[in-house]
Amino acid sequence: MEALRIHQGLVCPLNRTNIDTDQIIPKQFLKRIERSGFGQFLFYNWRFDDEGNPSPDFPLNAPKYKGASILVAGENFGCGSSREHAPWAIQDFGFKVIIAPSYADIFKNNCVKNGILAIQATEEQVQTIIKKADTEGYSLTVNLEEQMVSDSEGFQFTFDITPYPKEMLLNGWDEIGVTLTYEDKIKQYELAR
Amino acid sequence: MQTPKNIVQKVWEQHVVHQENGKPDLLYIDLHLVHEVTSPQAFEGLRMNGRKVRRPDLTFATMDHNVPTRQRQVINDPISKNQIDTLAQNCDEFGITLADIHHPDNGIVHVIGPELGLTQPGKTIVCGDSHTSTHGAFGALAFGIGTSEVEHVLATQTLWQAPPKTLNVKVNGRLGTGVTAKDLILAVIGKFGVKFGTGYVIEYTGEAIREMSMEERMTVCNMSIEGGARAGLISPDQTTIDYLRGRRYVPQGEAFEQAAESWLALATDEGASYDDVVEIDAAEVEPQVTWGTNPGMCIPVTANVPSPEQAEKASEQDEIKRALEYMGLEAGQPISSVKIDHVFIGSCTNSRLSDLRKAAAVIQGKQVNPSVKAIVVPGSFSVKLAAEEEGLDQVFKEAGFEWRDSGCSMCLGMNDDIIPSGERCASTSNRNFEGRQGKGARTHLVSPEMAAAAAIAGHFVDVREFTAQEVI
Repeated sequence: MEALRIHQGLVCPLNRTNIDTDQIIPKQFLKRIERSGFGQFLFYNWRFDDEGNPSPDFPLNAPKYKGASILVAGENFGCGSSREHAPWAIQDFGFKVIIAPSYADIFKNNCVKNGILAIQATEEQVQTIIKKADTEGYSLTVNLEEQMVSDSEGFQFTFDITPYPKEMLLNGWDEIGVTLTYEDKIKQYELAR
Repeated sequence: MQTPKNIVQKVWEQHVVHQENGKPDLLYIDLHLVHEVTSPQAFEGLRMNGRKVRRPDLTFATMDHNVPTRQRQVINDPISKNQIDTLAQNCDEFGITLADIHHPDNGIVHVIGPELGLTQPGKTIVCGDSHTSTHGAFGALAFGIGTSEVEHVLATQTLWQAPPKTLNVKVNGRLGTGVTAKDLILAVIGKFGVKFGTGYVIEYTGEAIREMSMEERMTVCNMSIEGGARAGLISPDQTTIDYLRGRRYVPQGEAFEQAAESWLALATDEGASYDDVVEIDAAEVEPQVTWGTNPGMCIPVTANVPSPEQAEKASEQDEIKRALEYMGLEAGQPISSVKIDHVFIGSCTNSRLSDLRKAAAVIQGKQVNPSVKAIVVPGSFSVKLAAEEEGLDQVFKEAGFEWRDSGCSMCLGMNDDIIPSGERCASTSNRNFEGRQGKGARTHLVSPEMAAAAAIAGHFVDVREFTAQEVI
């Protein structure tokens, strides 16, 4: 997993609440057995019309958000199905950071495992960013070590993250490799039952 | 005297392998259920790193999401077939027991776990599927995980988990006649919202819960995730023990009685506390119908579709507007006036024998409305067989339902069972998200009884009055 310390990138706003993982990646794309290549299907039913043409009103299709790497959305982002294809698609499309007022538990976990930083901001901070992202070229700098989000106009805020996922993201650890160093403990537990 | 504990705390403490400052707990997993959609990349990860499955004996696999519900032998979509074949190869390579699509134990993962007695009180149970919360009905701590975590459990039989906050959903009093477990859980999500359970494990308590059968309890726990909670459980009692006795994977004879004693001891202690409590009065719950695009957007069948102006926040008004547009509904129209094109009775929420019995009782001697296409998809082979032994298949077929083989089917349409764009389905499943049953499909979540009644009437009807009413 790629480590993430400081990231600067273009912001793409998606001002909707309760965006479920069925929207992030619809079921017809869950049949692949690979981990890669899901970006082309991200938000498929919103991004494309019935004929497969890009829907002009959908933010991810707007030329000014092309190349964005920070996705900003409304509360309860990633609710519903546990499909990890959702963060895979988000990452494969080019996003490294998500900012929203709240996330579904399983989705947030899945993000950490893939090196995606899901920042919990306040409703107000999110709305401020969404407004500012109207201006073409609006970008943010995210410093995970200092837990700080800032732009070039002096807007900034700090965010909370618990130590374990922070450490995981900063170091890009292979969690299974770490856990296997606890093999003795696991064995002991099994023997004691 | 010891401090009273709730069941979540008790089960948690029994499974902590390791604790250290600044880290979540390392939690042991007793049962890992696997299906074809969320596992291939996990097995591939093991192979790439030269790792083994640590405890194949605690791992059990089935195929359910992609399986055809008619002509089981023929999987038309080559990508679906590849996913199915890949699971078979992986189970073979790593020594995992698999109920493949022809195996008598095959069925929806959350239906067969309890059926076989794999699901037991006090176990930690995971699966790469958010509806793993279903198994909480037995007093197991059961939750959905992503594919990276599937790989982690396969390799280590553990997960790093922070102890969850606990939430008591207290259901006071009893449900009225014609009001089901499905109506209760929809009403709970409707009242408290689709994220009230985020960060919590729910314990459902109260008279209405105690009176429920195991199958009804599974329906309630199944939809915990639609309220944001990864897990929702119910303390074991005599109903739990009676359901499990004699099932294949539970201890037998004297060993069962000993196990039963330890299971009952897991129940939440008198006076135990939770991080939070919410309450609902069961008597006030009416049969529910969802009108929108998430499970919290539900109303009693007697009510009218809401309007955006009823919401306070701009973001909520927006959401209602978008949902009405997607669903093709007018604010203020009675939900009972909404005509339907399809009925789906099935899914891990409502496809068990008692669900089919209740639906069959509603349609007995009646005919499906000519404008409606209705299917029944039993949750497992064994449910299908049991239903056929009782003649339920005949009741459904004579009424004009299609009687299918088991699988996840139209709940999410990963097989051929898809609702065409713009068409409307009364569904006993758990998610009414946009595009869930097919791109542009409009899903209304209801109980099996309400779905059956709607199939006959061609529109939503109050099942409490349905049997008395002349069908037009």
